[in-house]
Parts: sequence; C-alpha cells; structure tokens
Amino acid sequence: MKTLDEFVVLFAEQFFRTEPATIKADTVFHDLEQWSSLTALSVIAMVDDEFGVTISGNDLHNAVTVEDVYKCIITKL
Amino acid sequence: MAYLSIKNVRIAGISAGVPKNAVDNLANEDYPDIKYSAEEFIQTTGVRELRYSDRLTTSDLCYEAAEKLIADLGWAKEEIDALLFVSQTPDYILPATACILQYRLGLSEECYAEDVSLGCSGWVYGLSNAASLLSSGSIRKALLLTGDAKGVVPDKSPLFGHAGTVTALEYSEGAEGFRFHFGTDGRGYDSLIVPDGGCRNGISQNSFAQQEIDGMKYTRIQGYMKGMDIFAFGITTAPKSVRLLGEHFGFDYLDYDWFVFHQANKMLNNVIAKKLKLAPEKVPSSIQSFGNTSSASIPLTIVTQLKGAADRKNKFICCGFGVGLSWGTVAFETEHLVISDLVEVEDKEISPWV
Repeated sequence: MKTLDEFVVLFAEQFFRTEPATIKADTVFHDLEQWSSLTALSVIAMVDDEFGVTISGNDLHNAVTVEDVYKCIITKL
Repeated sequence: MAYLSIKNVRIAGISAGVPKNAVDNLANEDYPDIKYSAEEFIQTTGVRELRYSDRLTTSDLCYEAAEKLIADLGWAKEEIDALLFVSQTPDYILPATACILQYRLGLSEECYAEDVSLGCSGWVYGLSNAASLLSSGSIRKALLLTGDAKGVVPDKSPLFGHAGTVTALEYSEGAEGFRFHFGTDGRGYDSLIVPDGGCRNGISQNSFAQQEIDGMKYTRIQGYMKGMDIFAFGITTAPKSVRLLGEHFGFDYLDYDWFVFHQANKMLNNVIAKKLKLAPEKVPSSIQSFGNTSSASIPLTIVTQLKGAADRKNKFICCGFGVGLSWGTVAFETEHLVISDLVEVEDKEISPWV
C-alpha cells in the first residue's frame, strides 16, 4: 500500500509542465493552471495501476485537495 | 448472461472508407486549446491526424467501401441477402439508412435491411446480428456497414474522426464462427450524448448555446462527453469482458494472435493492454492516423494495420466499448481474409438525395 506521501509524488508526476515539488497533500489541485481533463485521465490510469481501484470523474470533482483523492482511494480498497 | 456462440459463419472480407481530407491536430486551427497544448493532447489521446468532411455522410463512406469490397471479393450483388447499417449518424431520422444503401448499392429487393443505433460497441453487436441471420444457411451472404461521420451540425472535434466500414460475412458449413460476450449499463446514458435533435428534446434556439464541460465547449446538438467517466468505464470494463469471454468458453485469451480494441484514446488502450498482459505487437492501433472512429474503429484498424497478415490463419479478439454505455467482445478466426485497400473518398456534394 502506498503512503500519502508516495501518492502525492505519483499525483504530481501526471502533470505535463508543473514542477512536481509544488504539489503537496493539501494542494487544491483544481486551482492549478495545469490541471485539465487530460491530467485527470492520467490520474485515473495511475490510480488503477498503483492501487487496483477505479476512481470516477465525480470522485475527482468532489475532491478538493490531493489528500482527498487519496482518502477516496482508501475507501475503495 | 449475454454470451453467444454462433457457428457456420465466416468473415470473407473487410473494407473501410474515409474522407480524403486529413486534419493534422498540430495545425488544427479549430483546436479547443483551453488548458493544454496540441502536443499534450496528442501525447495523451494519440490522435495526431484524423479524417474529416462536413459533406460526406457515414452512408457515403460505407457506400464507397462496399463497392470496393464487393468488387475485391468478386461477389455478385444479387447474392447479397442482408445489409445491416450500424451508426449514430444516419442520413435521416427516417427512413432507415440501410434501405437507402440497399437501393444505392443495387442490391436485390429480396434483401433484409435494418439500422442499429450503437456507437463504439457497434461493430461487435452488428457482427452478432449478421452472424445470427446467416447461421441457419437460409441467408448466405450479408454486409455489415458500421461507422460514424458528420453529425447534424459540423463538429470539428480533435478526437473523433470520420469513417465507414464494411464487413462481408457468409454462411460456411463447419466454420467455427464467433463467440461473444455483451453488456450494457444505461445508467451512464449521459456520459456521451447528443441531447437535442431527437424526439425527447427536438431542436430549439437553446440547442445552439455553448456550454463548457470538462474544459471543452459544446452545444446541445453536438455530442458531448464526460471523458473521465468514459475513461474509468473503459479501463475496467474492456479487460473484464475479455477475461469473462475466455473463462466462459474455456480458452486462454493469451493464445490469440491479435487484440483489436475500439480506438478510444491511446492512454486508455495502453492501460487495457497492460491489465491483460498483452504483448504490444499483438495490439494494433490506428488512432494516430484516424482518431476515434466509433463503430468503425475495429474494422478500420484491421484494414489499415493488418493487411499483410490477411492470408494466413489469424485468431482475433476484438472488444468495443463506450457510448450507451455498451460493450461487446468477440473471438473468431479468419483465413484467406480479403482486406481491401483503404478507400479515400473525395469531399464532394453527394446528389441527388433529398
């Protein structure tokens, strides 16, 4: 099982141009200039690969911070 | 349990028609650049180029592909007893486009013809319908026409390309035929939808107002998509359907030669292949040149990527999934398959239609 810190690194890797270090557990990712529907697809694919669960578009819409996404994944495990 | 096994039918040939006009997404002036660049879009979706026409309908593309395939097979038109047209971009709300194509192709009036309204899963569903018609041996030859092209209004999507395909099927005593698995989840009906222009909403002034969904602008007369939900659906449902088909019929899917998936999005297809542990060279792709072509994507991929392998014996698994939500997976073998050269159709006004 990946820890929250490990998840934050994986989440940050899904962005095309954003410096990974700028993304933390409490980052409000929807506000990031680089957050787009394409990034969302990469995050869904990464979560499927790393955790074996599928998060939906609604799950991502409802999450405010990166940690919220992690919590959502944990409830599906 | 939506499993089917249909014997005594084989695929004789496949062809595909696309508009000659190619759109390069790197040079696409209509590109909806909101939060990502064209390069980033291409990196994720895989769609560098696609074919587009604001005049040719799906039936125009299917017609040209059908004439080519009938000639390549050497079939006499009076032998063709059935024509199925699977599309969500028919020529008219009524009549069925299959009837028009029977006339346009000069097929016999002793011809079974019907439309089926399905998208990404449509080729697999259409194959089951055509195979069912043929399996008793009463109808001997059938054409399955699938694809999508221009919608009710021009829609220059950087993802969806235009194509019409033809799959020729025939009765063949003793042939192994097809093994299918199907599924449907209508809860997701609005994940990919054209809300206006049908009988629920009709067309009004409001149909042309733009709204933004997932960073893309749409009108209610164009298809719009909850991309994340379709993506999540695809990466779970497609691998599961392939596994279920193998388990139900007691075969190891890894023994198959080719895995042709609906060409939805490159990243999505990579996830599916990885989950099923498929060797990349067994998973052909056409999305880089044609985009997502709905129910045409599986036969178009076979026509453009597997022509060299047509003569020998090949074992295929094909899976279509998407709008509906609807999915279907089929396993079959081919030998001496006739694959026509890709038909590129000039962009012109087609007359004398009403």
